Amino acid sequence: MTSVAALNNVEVDYDRGLALGPVSLSIAPGETVALVGPSGCGKSTALRLLAGLEQPTRGQVSRAAGRGETAVVFQAPTLAPWLSARANVALPLELAGTPRAEACRRADEALARVGLAGAEAARPVQLSGGMAMRVSLARAMVTAPKLLLLDEPFAALDEITRRTLADDVLDLWAATRPAIVFVTHNVEEAVYMASRVVVLGRGPGRIVGDFAVEGPLPRPPQFRTQAAFRTTAEAVSSALAEGVAS
Amino acid sequence: MIRLAPLILLALLLAGWEIACRALGIAPYLLPAPSAVAVALKEHYPTLVLAAWRTLSVALVSLLIASLIAQVLAFITALSPLLDRAIRPLASVVQVTPVVALAPLVLIWSGLDHPQTALVILAVLVAFFPIFSGASAGLRSADPDLERLFTLYGAGRWHRVTRLRLPSAVPFLLEGHKVGAGLALIGAVVAEFGAGSGKVQGLAWQILDAGNKLQTARMIAALVVLGAMGVALHALLEALERAGLKWWRGR
Repeated sequence: MTSVAALNNVEVDYDRGLALGPVSLSIAPGETVALVGPSGCGKSTALRLLAGLEQPTRGQVSRAAGRGETAVVFQAPTLAPWLSARANVALPLELAGTPRAEACRRADEALARVGLAGAEAARPVQLSGGMAMRVSLARAMVTAPKLLLLDEPFAALDEITRRTLADDVLDLWAATRPAIVFVTHNVEEAVYMASRVVVLGRGPGRIVGDFAVEGPLPRPPQFRTQAAFRTTAEAVSSALAEGVAS
Repeated sequence: MIRLAPLILLALLLAGWEIACRALGIAPYLLPAPSAVAVALKEHYPTLVLAAWRTLSVALVSLLIASLIAQVLAFITALSPLLDRAIRPLASVVQVTPVVALAPLVLIWSGLDHPQTALVILAVLVAFFPIFSGASAGLRSADPDLERLFTLYGAGRWHRVTRLRLPSAVPFLLEGHKVGAGLALIGAVVAEFGAGSGKVQGLAWQILDAGNKLQTARMIAALVVLGAMGVALHALLEALERAGLKWWRGR
């Protein structure tokens, strides 16, 4: 099976009666998958399972992407405040044993790719929300991962910044073509960024819809106004509504 | 104007005090007028400053020792849950026991000929807890998502401590030392009262000695010096904490 990571009949029980699954989901190399669903449906849990940060109660998680080949971007930029942007981005490389000079050189390149050349020495507190999120993206991409996981990465940002960052992520994707799985509440963002949208329903969290999105990646400028975009977004929205209702 | 408000209030209070003393003819051994305190302050200034320095140096030495012990213990308890369970209740006992109550015992142990040692031990006991609990909380304060990233990138225990938990603890350490230093000064003064002998001639002894001789003006002068020292130390520590945070955070 050619998948970067997969959940096979995975179930997770929580203390508070909430639950995920059973869920089966296979992520192919190079595809961008959006996980959408209502709050508490287990989207973030599914992501942590794929990352190997959490273990399922039942079922198996298979991960072809090993240590250092998986990267995660959280909802908050999650930068170390005591480190410069460059040192934050260099951190994964240094933890893997890359010499500091080499790690810093690659960190500077990664920062340049997200449009932050010149901000290498800035501390997180000096950056805007969008810039901090770009540093977080650069840190995720610096190890050239095969699987990039994003947990509601732009939820705290304004609409304009969200859209710019969505294009940034797709540009980064185009360079090395990692598989991307991202969690979002936003249907339009899901359809715009993903080649495949997976809809989760609530109680217990399970997959209620799996949609392929037509069209090239990265998206052409007028993509949001095209018919394919609109019909897919509507299909996802109604699957989402049914998943909440049932 | 707003900034001057406390000074104006102080001036008014002093003026009222002065006028009341003169108008009501209060005996100077009961309540000397501010002018009499000022005279006493001027007269005994060298002795008082020397005494203040003695007290302050005890506090500073104690702070240094307390800082070392507290940080080493916090580090050990952060690495071992077993030792954490063992040490924490004892640390709390040290915290809740009033230093005055411990003073006689510590004085006996350190030998009545070495009250200086007893002062340091007592002040260390008081300064220890805020630094320990600050360091202890700080070492557990790392962003859980950063912890997850370290797991994801396969960081070993050493890297996790040196690259994540120690740097995360810095603001807590600064705060703990600020509180600890203030308490070390209080601990030193209280311990001097406990020691009470002529062998330890810090500020507390100046106060006791002046009291015994009914030199009330000198007593209040010593209090003024103690208060000024406390305020200066607090301001210095605030500034150090701010500078430390600025260095840590970059702004």
